[in-house]
Amino acid sequence: MRIEPRTVNQPGLRIHTIRTKQFKTNTMVIKFRAPLRKADVTARALLPYVLQSSTNSWPTTSLFRTHLDDLYGASAQVDVGKKGESHILSFTVDVANERYLKDSTPLTKEGLNVLSQMLFHPLLEGNAFSEKVVEQEKRSLKQRLQAARDDKMRYATQRLIEEMCEGEAFALNASGHAEEVDAITPASLFSSYQRMLAEDTIDLYLVGDIDEEDLINYCKEAFSFQKRQNMPSEKGSNLTKREPKKIVEHQDIKQGKLNIGYRTNVVYGDPNYIPLLVMNGILGAFPHSKLFINVREKESLAYYASSRIESHKGLILIMSGVDPSKIERASTIINEQIKAIQEGDISDKEFVQTKAVMKNQMLETLDVARGIVEVFYQSEVAENALSIDDWFSQVESVSKEAVIEAAKEVSLDTTYTLTGEEGA
Amino acid sequence: MEKKRFDQLDEELYYEKLDNGLSVYVLPKPEFSKSYATFTTKYGSIDDNFIPLGETDYVKVPDGIAHFLEHKMFEKEDGDVFQQFSEYGASANAFTSFTRTAYLFSSTSHVQENLDTLINFVQAPYFTEQTVEKEKGIIGQEITMYDDNADWRLYFGTIQNMYHHHPVKVDIAGTVDSISHITKDHLYQCYETFYHPSNMLLFVVGPVSPEEIFSQIKENQASKKYDPQPTIERKFEEEPSAVHRKHHELKMDVQVPKCMIGLKAANVQLSGVDLLRRELAVNTAFDVLFGKTSAHFTRLYEEGLIDDSFSFDFSQEKGYGFALLGGNTPDPKKLADSIQIILKNEASASTITNEQLETVKKKNIGGFLRSLNSPEYIANQFTRYAFNEMDLFEAVPTLETLTVQDIQEALSDLAQEERITSFFILPKEKNAQ
Repeated sequence: MRIEPRTVNQPGLRIHTIRTKQFKTNTMVIKFRAPLRKADVTARALLPYVLQSSTNSWPTTSLFRTHLDDLYGASAQVDVGKKGESHILSFTVDVANERYLKDSTPLTKEGLNVLSQMLFHPLLEGNAFSEKVVEQEKRSLKQRLQAARDDKMRYATQRLIEEMCEGEAFALNASGHAEEVDAITPASLFSSYQRMLAEDTIDLYLVGDIDEEDLINYCKEAFSFQKRQNMPSEKGSNLTKREPKKIVEHQDIKQGKLNIGYRTNVVYGDPNYIPLLVMNGILGAFPHSKLFINVREKESLAYYASSRIESHKGLILIMSGVDPSKIERASTIINEQIKAIQEGDISDKEFVQTKAVMKNQMLETLDVARGIVEVFYQSEVAENALSIDDWFSQVESVSKEAVIEAAKEVSLDTTYTLTGEEGA
Repeated sequence: MEKKRFDQLDEELYYEKLDNGLSVYVLPKPEFSKSYATFTTKYGSIDDNFIPLGETDYVKVPDGIAHFLEHKMFEKEDGDVFQQFSEYGASANAFTSFTRTAYLFSSTSHVQENLDTLINFVQAPYFTEQTVEKEKGIIGQEITMYDDNADWRLYFGTIQNMYHHHPVKVDIAGTVDSISHITKDHLYQCYETFYHPSNMLLFVVGPVSPEEIFSQIKENQASKKYDPQPTIERKFEEEPSAVHRKHHELKMDVQVPKCMIGLKAANVQLSGVDLLRRELAVNTAFDVLFGKTSAHFTRLYEEGLIDDSFSFDFSQEKGYGFALLGGNTPDPKKLADSIQIILKNEASASTITNEQLETVKKKNIGGFLRSLNSPEYIANQFTRYAFNEMDLFEAVPTLETLTVQDIQEALSDLAQEERITSFFILPKEKNAQ
């Protein structure tokens, strides 16, 4: 492919540069990765929000944001997520490329400076974060977590994962747990922060029309970390097989949410990974997929019915919104689609369509700066790096037999239903 | 084919109006893999009262019909159009808004085939009683999905507070009841009236040659016969300037309350540069007053009345317009009161300074560059602007000419007591049931 990152190893940090003239802004992302653990998941989820609210040089949100606006609307965002059983904190700064401005003052190093100030020079009171900031962000976090549960689609997805992976780290919500927020103090959060800087696996990505040499030298200074032991990424714990689980919950809602989880027993980097991706494409990732055709178009049961893969954990998650009286019917049809693929019911047409759309989707992802970062980071986390060229050639050459073999490893784990209160 | 060059942005836009009235725009993005095309008709959910093509009297059609029609365009005698797009690796979609229905695809190969598929499927309606009935189940589930979505209910609840009659108050998808009355004849009637090329705009952005795209589209259109179409007559009942109701609330199965303040726009017949200036001025005013750099945001955040979900937006089209501000809050009443006091004070004696205005301008200049990274943004926003006789590429130059006085005037014009409303989503008291 045209896009290949250049990687420089520094103590405690890998710097990846991707040079492209495609964008009118330059994007910088730094990612911190640690094992997902109940003990500190909530503190780590809070940390980026405290760090982005103020810094030592810009001690209030208003001053910090005014500085960003003055840099021609530089954007600074944080994100918390998980890949398999790794907890990942991302900090992103995006600045205009001054080539397209009347004012040609260089902005990229200013953007990196923002990122560096946020990470290394937070607003402190002794050996702790500012109490006022921490209290405000705790309150915001709690409200964000509660409000996320008010979004019924997200709630159903989260509940499926909690039930399905009960006892596994993957059941943890990467954004934290509301009941754990109160216990966090400015001092305890500062310890989590120090551990993050000292122990996490860290990757910095620079994407855009950049002078690589110059920026790498700048980053060596501005992002100085201690050496650390390379942590292998979390392989995760898969529980031994048990009988499929069935969970039904009731709320005062009109539409039922039927979410079904399967174990794939294949993770990113495994030999069967690409066949599994194709299998998921045939099953439910696209509007030509079996779920869309059979649940929506043939039976008019749902507006949405789709599937996605948790690549680093080995799950297929199916989501659908169905009238409460038709959940049984929808569940039967969904399970039949998996069975059909396992039995080899894959037409030449859907096989060709799926490969074409998958390749298209990957190329489209690479048309977005943050998409480029995510694609490369995906292979960084797995350690079994799959180059983009490999990805394309493997998708192209995968056989129907390989897809059927991958499908045969897929087994039903948990059926989660959120439905109305009638008959509760 | 006309060409417009934007030196500072390093972009070029090609345009031509075809003989049948279709407006076509091409913006080459040679560095991208993906091409993105939208084929949009100036027809949305508010166009529910009009004189059908070839008739003389106004008809009123069922709520939700523009959206229903959008769904049904994808089904043809020989199957589903999604299948054709998938074969060429494209992903296709469509959406219906208050004033537009857009059909679109993106693809990194076979752009020519996909573009033909897009144009041809939108220009070949195929509706039967049976396929119309089948869709009612699917759209019924789309409607109930939105019914359970508290943010959507907050948004529409606020609009319904503002409007007495204007169809912007009607949910874009209609209701399960209203769509039950839709027939294939309704769909043909709306299609014939609103899908004439002279009411449509085609935008292509991506690594394409403008010459090739234009010649392909011209050839495609020349093969189809369209009679010239008279101007479409739409009717809207007269809308009072005051809001329909000052306040309303809804209880739902949620934990966190939500609050939205709506400001109903006056002077809703603006278009072109006047409308552009108005939109920019109001959005700038809100940016200064309620953006993350503002003293008001800081105070409300510190008081715990707002969180990161707090947002604001103003948009206006011919016949209606509104600003919305709000988000999740533990105390909707207190937040609503605080916002209304700020608006009232600022409307009578604005505190906006030149320095604040200059900062917002800088922010928006960079923000616009960022938007140009997105083919989706370019095509969709350009179309929306064009349907209101505005030019997307004039947005930043126009913004640069705004003065503090423009901002103050726009704000005091908008923030009038009788045109402000509030809407809350509140948790149900579980024990009371």
